[in-house]
Amino acid sequence: MNVRLYILQRGTAALMVPLIVVHLAVIFYATRHQLSAEDILARTRNSATWALFYGTFVVAASIHAAIGVRNVLTEWSGLSGRMSGLLGFLFGAMLLALGLRAVAAVVLP
Amino acid sequence: MHDHTTRLSVSLWRGKEAGEYQTYQVPVRESQTVLDVVTWVQRNLDPTLSYRFACRVGMCGSCAMTVNGRPRWTCRTHVSKVVENGRLEIGPLENLPIIKDLAADMRPFFEKWQDAKGVFAPTKSRHDPIEAIKPDTAQRIAADKAIECINCGVCYAACDTVRWNADYLGPAALNRAWSLVNDVRDAGNAERITAVSADGGCHACHSHQSCQQFCPQSLNPTASIAGLKRTAARAYLRGKVES
Repeated sequence: MNVRLYILQRGTAALMVPLIVVHLAVIFYATRHQLSAEDILARTRNSATWALFYGTFVVAASIHAAIGVRNVLTEWSGLSGRMSGLLGFLFGAMLLALGLRAVAAVVLP
Repeated sequence: MHDHTTRLSVSLWRGKEAGEYQTYQVPVRESQTVLDVVTWVQRNLDPTLSYRFACRVGMCGSCAMTVNGRPRWTCRTHVSKVVENGRLEIGPLENLPIIKDLAADMRPFFEKWQDAKGVFAPTKSRHDPIEAIKPDTAQRIAADKAIECINCGVCYAACDTVRWNADYLGPAALNRAWSLVNDVRDAGNAERITAVSADGGCHACHSHQSCQQFCPQSLNPTASIAGLKRTAARAYLRGKVES
């Protein structure tokens, strides 16, 4: 891992810490108040705040995980750094696509 | 069954990568070191046994081997501290090619020392007056903490990241780089910080701290590497490091 990837991975980790706290709080709130799927969608649809919150979360998680997978493959699989980087990138791209699709599903009207 | 109080059962690695352990019986002596055991085998049982040592007093760093699975400086390791059920298993240092028997090839270790720009880059010539260095400055204290490395390779052999990543510079080379980063007389830091910021540099360290645990000089390369990580990250954010 070079300094650029290090800063990206540690930076996204730091960014995700408060996001995870809010995400957990949202889960507890939703279950405590027995919100139905319909109740939740009523709150998230057309909400720029939730779109920005979970959109940021997805982008940060994708970058963070892609770098982590690259490092694990480099150290444990015997693959070259280039191949590990490619597979890590593809994994991150997959997380990004799936995550943004999920965010779009709950915030778009 | 042999008597643990009078004889040691010593398994020594023989051959190169494809070698095997051979077992010898060695008499127990008072205050016996692991290097004493290896030397006794070579002088009394098999003169073809290859191993490396020089000073025998813990200064030169040439006698490090793997003893019962752990990297040790053998001249200062008493048998009584590491023996298990009357047995010693002694092999060459891990993470390095084997030349023969107990002698590891140290070239990758010292090449990485060069790759980390672990060479002092002077700012003055012999014609300049000697620069006064205050021992109580934060930089000098940091340099002094890292400076007593004897290049034995124990940290390199103990490091999981070295084992997993052939490009990783390793604890000793990075510890050396950190001592020079903190040396106010040195002029090589731009190049050095760039070198340790690349793939395989300080940011590859997982902070497992095996280097600190096994360093015979009680140095803390993990702390040195953490210092390099901070310094390199700051330099990168200021646009002073290309990556």
